Amino acid sequence: MSEATKPQPQAKGEKTPISDTSYVGIDAILEQMRRKAMKQGFEFNVMVVGQSGLGKSTLMNTLFKSKVSRKSVQPNVEERIPKTVEIKSVSHDVEEKGVRMKLTVIDTPGFGDQINNENCWQPIMKFINDQYESYLQEEININRKKRIPDSRVHCCIYFIPPTGHCLRPLDVEFMRHLSKVVNIVPVIAKADTLTLEERDSFKKTIREELRANGIDVYPQKEFDEDAEDRMINDKIREMTPFAVVGSDQEYQVNGKRILGRKTKWGTIEVENIAHCEFAYLRDLLIRTHMQNIKDITCSIHYETYRVRRLNESNILFTSNPPDHPTVQPKANGQPEEQPATPQPNGVAAQHEALSHEM
Amino acid sequence: MEHMSSPVRFRSNKKASTFSGKELSSLSIRDQEDMQYPYAMRDLPLMSHSGEQHQRPGHYGAEGIGSPINGRHLSLPGTPSLVRTIPFHPRGSPAVPPRHNHMGLDPEFQQLPLRRQIVSQVSLDSPLSPSMRPRSPWGRFDPYDSPEDQDKEYVGFATLPNQVHRKTVKKGFTFTLIVAGESGLGKSTLINSLFLTDLYKDRKVLNAEERISRTVAIIKHTVGIEEKGVKLRLTIIDTPGFGDAVNNTESWRHIDDYIDQQFEQYFRDESGLNRRNIQDNRVHCCLYFISPFGHGLRPLDVDCMRALHEKVNIIPVLAKADSLTPAEVCRKKMKIREEIKQFGINIYQFPECDSDEDEDFKTQEQILKNSIPFAVIGSNVQVESKGRKFRGRVYPWGVVEVENPAHSDFLLLRNMLVRTHMQDLKDVTREIHYENYRAQCIQNMTRMVVLERKRSLREKYRDGSEADFPLPLAVADTEKERLIYEKDEELRKMQEVLERIQEQMQHSHRGGC
Repeated sequence: MSEATKPQPQAKGEKTPISDTSYVGIDAILEQMRRKAMKQGFEFNVMVVGQSGLGKSTLMNTLFKSKVSRKSVQPNVEERIPKTVEIKSVSHDVEEKGVRMKLTVIDTPGFGDQINNENCWQPIMKFINDQYESYLQEEININRKKRIPDSRVHCCIYFIPPTGHCLRPLDVEFMRHLSKVVNIVPVIAKADTLTLEERDSFKKTIREELRANGIDVYPQKEFDEDAEDRMINDKIREMTPFAVVGSDQEYQVNGKRILGRKTKWGTIEVENIAHCEFAYLRDLLIRTHMQNIKDITCSIHYETYRVRRLNESNILFTSNPPDHPTVQPKANGQPEEQPATPQPNGVAAQHEALSHEM
Repeated sequence: MEHMSSPVRFRSNKKASTFSGKELSSLSIRDQEDMQYPYAMRDLPLMSHSGEQHQRPGHYGAEGIGSPINGRHLSLPGTPSLVRTIPFHPRGSPAVPPRHNHMGLDPEFQQLPLRRQIVSQVSLDSPLSPSMRPRSPWGRFDPYDSPEDQDKEYVGFATLPNQVHRKTVKKGFTFTLIVAGESGLGKSTLINSLFLTDLYKDRKVLNAEERISRTVAIIKHTVGIEEKGVKLRLTIIDTPGFGDAVNNTESWRHIDDYIDQQFEQYFRDESGLNRRNIQDNRVHCCLYFISPFGHGLRPLDVDCMRALHEKVNIIPVLAKADSLTPAEVCRKKMKIREEIKQFGINIYQFPECDSDEDEDFKTQEQILKNSIPFAVIGSNVQVESKGRKFRGRVYPWGVVEVENPAHSDFLLLRNMLVRTHMQDLKDVTREIHYENYRAQCIQNMTRMVVLERKRSLREKYRDGSEADFPLPLAVADTEKERLIYEKDEELRKMQEVLERIQEQMQHSHRGGC
């Protein structure tokens, strides 16, 4: 940061009297940004997807070390499997060392739990696109708000059951459809079922299958900016998917109180990297790559959506015959379309086309 | 079915003097595989000797229990669990260690030279005196071998169990087991651990793409195991692909069809002309693997078990239990038991204990009942820890032992499946599931026949022609035909009543078991 003895420049580019010939003070911008951000606070929206019972809520609580999951908010509701996929989002304001964050956890109960799970990712896809849509609407407003509330899903954590063999068809389908609209971070849930060798071979199988199906999970190779990024991200890509264990109970081990799971044959420490990779996931999501995740969402996924939408609106408004091969303006005839949504205006109809096209 | 629940425990003294109906009938052979015994049941001349029977021969110390029907206790090493099981039934128990309290055999040997002395002192009044008895082929398993029996008169049919045993051991036993559950729950590993075989040596696990286009397959593995002279032909039916697809509505259809096919084949064989070598491929037991990662039963589990519970004995198993802490295991078991009751799934029920059973035995059975579903861990890998070698899984935070009862219910499951309840499973399959199938089959057939007859009768009345009846009718007489027609109506009504009664019986039967 800037040196405390020099007077702080108020605006970028304005030169203050220099006592040191080489120092301008441009880096003081970081301090300004920091102060501003502390005042404003951050927003982070995480979606958790996976079959029921894989420990999604527990992992969220463990990640943020507080009861942020949907289950913690409705404490006495019985666990029942809903008939269709529901989307439930819960927001909390967390604060640490003066930094405030509005954390939203979006839960998807009912995913993958039915006997027939075809198209169970469609409600999720629709939700994500809805968030993009509402942000877009705010953006193209004439009188925009100073700071548009960001409800876009920044990151989607996908929970893979620890079978030890390979990905299931449902997993592949989901990730294939959604990796194009949101950053997916796959994790192996309840990884205390797997021994280390099983874990390694499972991960290798998963990585190969992801590659074979053309699924690009976060950190995506194509968005690496420079060599340094690539190096860091390559290391992370080697470890994907993270094998995690979640717990919100504390036990005493070697005189320290740590989060873990106590069984008859030993205690699994959640933050011990010899036991599971929770620490790596936490670092990725929170300590090192959170801003990067948000940036990719804002600048790449959202922009893709926006471009497509605006193109379609253009085509509709100017009533030109579509020469864009991928865009299908009148999507009503498509068999897979969302059946139940009413379409008040042309814009909404395009929205439907977009969501099913993926 | 109540015979199943009265295992041959040679009762304690207080019951020795009376021969209850149960004990007498427990001598009858229930299994059709056993040979029929020509000896009629007679009043034994031992009633007068009831006083002497109360002596507990110390050397038959296996259970420390004396005097049964005629004062003998069988301690045959080949059937160590005979004491706790159904009388004289052949046991498919390949993995049976010698029971630790079989201390009876050694003292027996010591008694033999004594017997020689006694023999010479015995009077030779009766024609059946022991000194004139031919040398017994049973050797030391001869129930009449104790010195105090030398001067009594016996008919000699207490060797029946030995005869049955010998014959069935020669024939060998079969057992068919089907495993069902999603892939990745450790089914193959558990089967290998249960029977200490390697049925799945060259398995190739398909990746997700290949799985998308696959339907549920039925694969049979047969293996012959022999232990201590007892042969077991074990058939394991695997169902790869179950529950893997995105749309799983037809997953259990294949299993259902397979079980029906086996029943049908057996039914045909049984009704055939040559019944000498019927191959029994009926499925005796279904191990259903429940995932530990859910909150209790999934919709797929419920539907599948409901489809199969009337056809096969279902034993639910909680797989990969090393991912759960002990509290979680308890909670999940309770939840699953509740859901099983809530959805009306009839899993395999253990036979009830008699009220005069040993306390130990009763507590064992109670433990067994409370452990459903069995929380199991399987492993094919031998690990070494603290100087011992055992099957287990090595984690960075500890080592799980498969056969440690504190770690998993694997031992309970194996004991139940192989050592104690294998015969019961087969009996329930034979008597309940197969009989239900058979009754339904016959009903369907009769119904079809009746319909056919009615139809043709109707035609006859309408057309007035001499149609060919599917069933031979005596005379083509209009009067008689009218009577027949009326009788057919009655028959149909009676059948409906019969169906209703059967349903009620099944209900009460199910409730009772």
